[in-house]
Amino acid sequence: MEPVRHVEHFRERLERVALAPLAHSGWRYFLWVFFLAGVVGWGAYAFLTQYREGLIVTAMRDRISWGLYIALFVFFIGISHAGTLISAILRASQAGWRTPVTRIAEFITVVALMVGALMPLIDMGRPDRLLNMFFYGRWQSPLVWDILSITTYLTGSIIYLYLPMIPDIALVRDRLGPTASGLKRWVYTAFSLGWQGTPDQQRYLGRAITLMMLLIIPIAISVHTVVSWVFAMTLREPWDNPMFGIYFVAGAIFSGIAALIILMAVLRRIFHLEEYITPKHFINLGYLMGAMTFLMIYFNASEYIVTGYKMAGDEAFHFEQLFTGPLAPYYWFYALGGLILPGLLILFPWTRNIKGIVAAAGLVIAGMWVERYFIVVGGLRVPLMPYAAASYFPSWVEWSIMAGALAGFALIISVFVKLFPVIAVWEVAEHHEATVKEGAEEKEKTVPRRRLVSELERSHESV
Amino acid sequence: MKTKLTRRNFLRLAGALGMGLAIPTTAVAVAQNKQDEKPTPHTGARLRRWVMVVDQRYCDGCQSVDKPPQCGQACIEGHYGPEPQQWIECYEHEMPGGGTQFVPTPCQHCQNAPCVNVCPVGATFHTPEGLVLVDQQRCIGCRLCMAACPYDRRFFNWGQPPIPPEAAFARYDPENQIPAIKGTVMKCSFCGMLARSGKLPYCVQGCDSQALYFGDLEEDVATNGREVVKLSVFLSENSAYQLKAELGTKPRVYYIPGHGQALGRDPFRKGRKPTVWPWLARLKGSKTWNRSGT
Repeated sequence: MEPVRHVEHFRERLERVALAPLAHSGWRYFLWVFFLAGVVGWGAYAFLTQYREGLIVTAMRDRISWGLYIALFVFFIGISHAGTLISAILRASQAGWRTPVTRIAEFITVVALMVGALMPLIDMGRPDRLLNMFFYGRWQSPLVWDILSITTYLTGSIIYLYLPMIPDIALVRDRLGPTASGLKRWVYTAFSLGWQGTPDQQRYLGRAITLMMLLIIPIAISVHTVVSWVFAMTLREPWDNPMFGIYFVAGAIFSGIAALIILMAVLRRIFHLEEYITPKHFINLGYLMGAMTFLMIYFNASEYIVTGYKMAGDEAFHFEQLFTGPLAPYYWFYALGGLILPGLLILFPWTRNIKGIVAAAGLVIAGMWVERYFIVVGGLRVPLMPYAAASYFPSWVEWSIMAGALAGFALIISVFVKLFPVIAVWEVAEHHEATVKEGAEEKEKTVPRRRLVSELERSHESV
Repeated sequence: MKTKLTRRNFLRLAGALGMGLAIPTTAVAVAQNKQDEKPTPHTGARLRRWVMVVDQRYCDGCQSVDKPPQCGQACIEGHYGPEPQQWIECYEHEMPGGGTQFVPTPCQHCQNAPCVNVCPVGATFHTPEGLVLVDQQRCIGCRLCMAACPYDRRFFNWGQPPIPPEAAFARYDPENQIPAIKGTVMKCSFCGMLARSGKLPYCVQGCDSQALYFGDLEEDVATNGREVVKLSVFLSENSAYQLKAELGTKPRVYYIPGHGQALGRDPFRKGRKPTVWPWLARLKGSKTWNRSGT
């Protein structure tokens, strides 16, 4: 009976570690939250200024009429693909190692979408007329496709975050101490939907998770394709490109993995999750990110060689501004720092460790943000008529709103991790139990055969 | 077999019903929306199809009169166009063989207008006569149309645009665009309100050398205010072209190639006087911006 005792011990420790952040918050946590709230407040003040004065307080003008806000919009929607990839694709391919990181990935998706969807609203000249989108919305407009796909994706990913969390919310409900407030007890009771872990409940939940998993993958791909179409549906030289959708989806998954790696590293350190989030997770995700790096390099090479060979029309201007002109620092930072260097960090065995991969992820995030920026600004900077090329550098209002958006992203994540376990307790436990039972603790290919996990598989087969 | 009305079955039924309703409704909505795009069928009466012709042989960018291009000045004074908006702008193109030519560029009133296609709220639209207008009372300021316009002919009110005292007596309409509204897009309207009462657009009226013609494709006629031409003959005999015709936007503005030779302009004499906003001088403390950024 030795293995059984070991399993119980693992589960107890897992619950203690996973639930600890919900029970205690130190003064440093509150300091952090107050700091973030302060930055969000500053961003809100900047927006208020913009609302009062008009977009004249930004650096955008007629010729470069979109800037930091739209770049941030594309960036955040890109980050949101972390959850889809890790959670849905790895769940669909039944990669067992995913279990401790799926919830973090799904958090990122939901929060990045909430913050990202705000950016076009902040960019509007008349935010007070937002409802015109519903009164007079036209299906022919790419912006309306955006609204449709992003709200669908947000709804879907909230459900997809929530469903696998039900057993864990029930766990929190059952572990609430006698001193817990009535509100807390009510919230966790209500949101656990009477979960008792009966076979019926497990069967239904398993099916629901599988269904959402299958739905969310095409939705996610369509979302970033549609976001790219806001640009690709115009007649502007660098944007008018059928590859844009593919490009955007690949870049989204790429930056999403990087965001996940960074958040994993932060939470692992703060919440002492070293036992569950292991170097293996970083290395596996590092490989995925590495594969995407080479895909992105390939896309870049393909695009620039095909168009650059001919230098047709305005392409010549675009190449000049990108490679040697005013956007060159951005482009080369992206190409060398955001693609080549992270690729090398993952390629070399002596940097293929947690530090190396987190550094690579940081570079990728920065590089992808810069890429979004020069796609938006560079596309608009190509002159349409014989006039001198315009210039754009964000104003203090735009930088403040960007700081507020990033702080808001961190703030919502910080609150989330105190309300819900960041590790999917039941999934990790069941995966562990299954691997221990079959005597193959470290073997990834072992197929788990217990309870909800096996339900998931059964519904896989039936779908 | 008798089916029990369990919660599962009920939800299934509701879902199926919902989908069954949603798909045809969406299809109908899309079809109807498409119908809205078509010009309204006119009853018997012939419908104007306004066009503009720019005879570049007669355009010297107002070098000979040593003034800012008068088409743009007349437009600004007529519409109270806020600085820096030049709804008709006299661009100076380099010619391939050297020298320059002037290209007065109003909104091209494209029949396959990229701006109309992308507008999410139908604030920019086609009139039955083929004009592309903006309803500034509906515009949400997303600026997708500005990204879509390949001619740089759309202008945004980044701040509160200056309002002339005369605006107090004006009734807002998308052709007149007075008073200008903060956070919305403005553009040339071909002076539809003037055409309706038999007058020529401000720019055509303002052109000292009669280089601009305004006309009607339907009636096959155009005039610069001094002479009347048969449009189809005038265009074909003078090898008229359109700006960026390869984009398939189907503009309603035609150009007759030239560099002001009819006025004796030396094509190597470059430059034009900068546009001014005289009506703004009458307002105190009006805040403007520039088009190209910092």
